[in-house]
Amino acid sequence: MNSLVLNNITKTFDKGSVLAVDNVSFSVKEGELFGLIGPDGAGKTTIFRILSTLMLPDKGNASVLGYDVVKDYKKIRNLVGYMPGRFSLYQDLSVKENLQFFATLFGKSIEKNYDIIKDIYEQIKPFSNRRAGKLSGGMKQKLALSCALIHKPKILFLDEPTTGVDVVSRFEFWEILKKLKSQGITILVSTAYMDEAMKCERIALIQKGKMLGLDTPQKIIESYPMKLYGAKADDIYSLLKDLRNYDQVESCYPFGEWLHVTIKNPNADGLEVLKTFPNSSTHQNLEVKIIEPGIEDNFIRLMNTSDNSRDNN
Amino acid sequence: MKQFLAFITKEFYHVFRDKKTLLILFGIPLMQITLFGFALTSEVKNADIIVIDNAKDDDSEKLINKLRASTYFTIYEKQIGYNAIEKEFKKGQIKAAIIIPPKFNNDLIKGKKSQIQILTDGTEPNVAKMLVQYITAITMDYQREINATNSPMMMIIPEIRMLYNEEGNGSINFVPGVMALVLMIVCTALTSVAVVREKELGTMEALLVSPFKPIGVLLAKALPYLVLSFVNLNFILLLAVFVMKVPMQGSILLFFFFSMIFIATSLSMGLLISNITDSQQVALLLSMIGMMLPTIVFSGFIFPLENMPKFFQWFSYIVPARWYYTGVKSIMLKGLDIHYIWKEMVALSMMGTFFLTIAISKFKIRLA
Repeated sequence: MNSLVLNNITKTFDKGSVLAVDNVSFSVKEGELFGLIGPDGAGKTTIFRILSTLMLPDKGNASVLGYDVVKDYKKIRNLVGYMPGRFSLYQDLSVKENLQFFATLFGKSIEKNYDIIKDIYEQIKPFSNRRAGKLSGGMKQKLALSCALIHKPKILFLDEPTTGVDVVSRFEFWEILKKLKSQGITILVSTAYMDEAMKCERIALIQKGKMLGLDTPQKIIESYPMKLYGAKADDIYSLLKDLRNYDQVESCYPFGEWLHVTIKNPNADGLEVLKTFPNSSTHQNLEVKIIEPGIEDNFIRLMNTSDNSRDNN
Repeated sequence: MKQFLAFITKEFYHVFRDKKTLLILFGIPLMQITLFGFALTSEVKNADIIVIDNAKDDDSEKLINKLRASTYFTIYEKQIGYNAIEKEFKKGQIKAAIIIPPKFNNDLIKGKKSQIQILTDGTEPNVAKMLVQYITAITMDYQREINATNSPMMMIIPEIRMLYNEEGNGSINFVPGVMALVLMIVCTALTSVAVVREKELGTMEALLVSPFKPIGVLLAKALPYLVLSFVNLNFILLLAVFVMKVPMQGSILLFFFFSMIFIATSLSMGLLISNITDSQQVALLLSMIGMMLPTIVFSGFIFPLENMPKFFQWFSYIVPARWYYTGVKSIMLKGLDIHYIWKEMVALSMMGTFFLTIAISKFKIRLA
């Protein structure tokens, strides 16, 4: 059973001049933790807004829990929990007052539904009389999640919930999401952090409004078609330039302290190629190794191919 | 119902935690009423006037003394030539000059007729007209005095009374107008940011994805301001009656009832502005400037509506402040009852309902 279905959704802004979402289709199963992965400006927020009935798509159709996002918007608004990317609670109301307001808004009471937010709310309870505007980033997100959950939604839309949140709070936040999932709530979450993509059951990679791939994180990693090598030297910048100019190298980009490199000839021994390229003698402490590709390597690869195919057209 | 109460509670929190709003709510009326009430008056007081007495006789002396006794002018007696007078006007130091010819007394007794010349500064026509009126009145007065002792002659003396304002207190005309202006601006400005603020701060995004009802949201937003405006109205009324000395001839109950209709109309106007704008700045600009001008010009408290071209007179019928101004004057100054102001009440109620209906229909249930 699918909780969420998108069919060929397209959305443009400024009278069609800006293409925000380009013919996107995917579906999310009931009880699934599904991730929309992509950089800023990829169109994630627009997808959320279309699904939460805040915007109308130009083309295509979508349904949430079986209801059409255009026609049945009132029904959907009752059933989903939506946490916008921008902090959207009342800064001049206290933690308690915000929660109370959103509970009453949906005709529910905090006491009756307390079990669902208990784990999250307990952490911010000591500050329940503090104004929401005076909370730290992590606490704001916990409060926003509590407010989105207090009416026991069947499906949760979380638009970049961990952006601007410290590492520890981010980790905690994902632990909370796992727990919510175990309670049967369908979750659609977006993030620009690739490490968080691994924590989703399935992910959709999005770039410039287009979907680049959709699968489990593991399958996406396994789909990496090449061997990936790492290289580093004392002067990493000139190494990058030299490798990019070398005709045996297919791609080379910096990744932390290493350069990630792929070789054109799939049968060649990449380690050997990288150790003995023309200028290799000029580099101090040159090191090479085989590297397991991550989501990000896939993302960059898919991005480049989609860019190239667009250029070729 | 519970949902509506939650909205109301939330709005009250917003209002009472925002000190700036409260300052606007009570600061603007205080400032405007005192400012308009004291500064904006059409009366002339202590105007500097030169008197050139070329007669220096008994009658001229008495006439000058009479003029001097008036609080409207300060008299300077100077012996300067006719040409020098214009210099004084050009310097801007005097508002009028009175020239009494030689043999003033002589002409008066022998020829039964004498003349004085009054020169005024025509660049300020209102002041000039006033001064001419005052001086003429005083001269007539003196004329009556001397006629009483001398040979009586037939005369018609107009006995003038300014009804509802015997002392000619200028502020009683302005204050009801300023009340209309203040209530209109404050109420419209405050509610005009209410909805647009949520759009700007992003809270609208979370609010929209819920089973809210637009009418509930709007009414809840207006209610705290309705309560506060009622408090404000008391404050304004006290200022008007005790500081500006505007009488309260009619029923206070009717005054409050009538004022609350006007306040509700202004609040609806504010909600409408809030629903059709996208930023607090535009909303404030619209409600402050956009409301102030029509209110000042078309309510009739500064510029008489009767003198306007027909088109503007018709236009004034859609300015809520015009109705309120007429109604409040009827209640406060003339002490009239509901039979005389029901038209104003109906007009205001209709406008309020109209604004609110449009505001609700313009409420955006989606983003952009």
